[in-house]
Amino acid sequence: MTDLVTTDGVPGAREADVDKPVRRSRRMTGPQVVGHARATAAVCQAAGCLSAQSDQVFEEITAQLIADGVTDVAVKRVGCLGLCAAGPLVEVPETGELFRQVSPDDVSDLVTRLKDAKPVETKPALEPFFSRQHRVVLENCGKVDPENIDDYVSRKGYRGLTRAVTELTPQQVIDEISKSGLRGRGGAGYPTGLKWATVAKQPSGEKYVVCNADEGDPGAFMDRSVLESDPYRVLEGMAIAAYAVGASHGYVYCRAEYPLAVQRLKAAIHRAEKAGYLGAAIAQSTFKFTVELRLGAGAFVCGEETALIASIQGGRGTPVPRPPFPAASGLRGKPTLINNVESFASVPVILREGGEAYAQVGVGKSRGTKVFALAGRIVNGGLIEVPLGIKLRDVIFDIGGGVPDGRKFKAVQTGGPSGGCIPEDLLDMSVDYESLLAAGSFMGSGGMIVMDDTSCMVDVARYFMDFCREESCGKCVPCRVGTTELHMMLTKITEGRATLADLVQLESVAAMVRDTSLCGLGQGAPNPVFSTLRYFRDEYLAHIVDHVCPAGVCALSGGESVA
Amino acid sequence: MLRLGHRPDALIEVLHTVQQSFGYLDDDALRYVSTSLHVPLSKAYGVATFYSLFTLRPQGEHTCVVCTGTACHIKGSTMILNRIRSRFGIGPKQTTADNQISLLTARCLGACSIAPAVVYDGEAKGKQAPDDVIARLEEW
Ligand SMILES: Cc1cc2nc3c(=O)[nH]c(=O)nc-3n(C[C@H](O)[C@H](O)[C@H](O)COP(=O)(O)O)c2cc1C
Ligand code: FES
Repeated sequence: MTDLVTTDGVPGAREADVDKPVRRSRRMTGPQVVGHARATAAVCQAAGCLSAQSDQVFEEITAQLIADGVTDVAVKRVGCLGLCAAGPLVEVPETGELFRQVSPDDVSDLVTRLKDAKPVETKPALEPFFSRQHRVVLENCGKVDPENIDDYVSRKGYRGLTRAVTELTPQQVIDEISKSGLRGRGGAGYPTGLKWATVAKQPSGEKYVVCNADEGDPGAFMDRSVLESDPYRVLEGMAIAAYAVGASHGYVYCRAEYPLAVQRLKAAIHRAEKAGYLGAAIAQSTFKFTVELRLGAGAFVCGEETALIASIQGGRGTPVPRPPFPAASGLRGKPTLINNVESFASVPVILREGGEAYAQVGVGKSRGTKVFALAGRIVNGGLIEVPLGIKLRDVIFDIGGGVPDGRKFKAVQTGGPSGGCIPEDLLDMSVDYESLLAAGSFMGSGGMIVMDDTSCMVDVARYFMDFCREESCGKCVPCRVGTTELHMMLTKITEGRATLADLVQLESVAAMVRDTSLCGLGQGAPNPVFSTLRYFRDEYLAHIVDHVCPAGVCALSGGESVA
Repeated sequence: MLRLGHRPDALIEVLHTVQQSFGYLDDDALRYVSTSLHVPLSKAYGVATFYSLFTLRPQGEHTCVVCTGTACHIKGSTMILNRIRSRFGIGPKQTTADNQISLLTARCLGACSIAPAVVYDGEAKGKQAPDDVIARLEEW
């Protein structure tokens, strides 16, 4: 698995995988390693595995190695190893072994293996979950200790920033980003180079760079994993952006539901300042950039950029109509660059390896790779990164391992509450911005939720409408009233009380909400309804005409009920 | 508050800190925050009610947060809520009569690959079956 980075064509440093000197911090450290470590137990310390006691796994392995007097095996805390559903995970990079569901009560097997582990020339063939991926943004994820800046630097960290500020003009940096073809990873896919150029050409003076780490889409955890596993990469990307657009201050707006990400970011900001990668005279140049962290407080709409700005300023997160776009007038009325976590995390590689190298992978106008979070009814739930243009079927069946328990795949939901459900017939489509849009869905931030025949598509549509209804900020009428109205109609259908006339009305109200809402929340809210009507109209009809829920989810009152 | 500076734009951070220390935001707390940060009380109140993570009422001894995000919904978080309601008689945002357990919901905790996820007094757990949840709550 260590080879993932190298074999995939993006040269990644191997040197840091082994033998990091054992640290000195308040945290319990690994065993004292004398000389070079022969093997390393890399224990995942991202949120998924931590909730299954991976911190105790770390401590147990360490304790046993110390008790047995082993001095040439290191134990290391790393970020997300990807296969979250099988956590706690421990990887031994030297042998390519991945241990799953390691219980803190029983690490003796693992310790025995570690004691006689030897680095191997040819590692065991990777399973499709790993071999079909292409890791660029996640190149360090599960490799570096997220709290150790030296580890990041030893894996080519900060080379992109150093190159930018010492060798390139801001315009050349923007050109590099434009050449890469990178598009916003937060949802809409706006070309990143173009956005940077717009902010750069505003009159000089106070400007801001803002990282959108609100990750509000339910069922998505890409940004969380990146922040928890490789926080310096995001800060490096922000610093490069600041240099390019002429900003000297930035904010990360992170949702408060992610305490670990917040904690690691705080630590990373502090250490990057001490190491001279944030603050004054970055990388020995005259460039200056500082970053502050701001917390959300549980409002989905704050992911929308104008609402986010209102929230950073300490107010209620209500959107305002654009234009003016934040690029011209954003935070405190100053030109503001807002990008998503993953967009910023893609930037260091682009500056390090060049925009053209980055654009090598991809399809059409969707270049590079995209991180997805696989969840729902899928065997290998977890964090993955794939080249854009990969077939949806390959993502779900090769990488994801398909649907568990011998059940039948029904749909995959992408794009969160503004997205849609893609049915089985379309599984051979390419995963890119345009194709997803054409299929009535949306790239969104990267959550993919797989559903099988136990999910009712009307219930799913109702679920998302309930979400939008609750999260509507209430400022504009079509969204505030419309989502409530739509939710009532969908409830009526799931309860078996609707008629065919209601279905007609559902469609017309949905179109009205889409066309007249103020911001993306309301405009996108009807999308799950449209997409389920487009591909699963028969399920609506079953509820309305036959009074049955084919999946057995809804409790229908009218007529007979199957539930 | 000193650490954050008395800046009006630090309102959300300050409210987080106050809630962490006292468990909820009462009138006195909001009044104090509004004078110290020089923001109108109406704004402090407006912000405190806009964001769902802020609560204006005291919580029970223990809190249980059930994720109702998409992945958890697909994997049966509704069943968990139903079971809690029938066993303890509380729904989301409610506290048991003996003030022991407060039930809350969240829209995705980012633990979707181990759905359904539940947080017990700040400790997140994945793959929770309704029985696991009930057993855990009964210990409180
Ligand atoms: C209702 C709504 C919620 C959004 N939530 C997020 C979010 O959680 N994270 C995010 O990065 N972008 C979110 N966006 C998109 C942002 O408005 C913005 O387009 C994005 O942060 C720009 O960054 P990018 O160009 O790098 O994608 C949301 C948009 C809308 C309308
Ligand atoms: S949907 Fe429950 S953790 Fe994401």
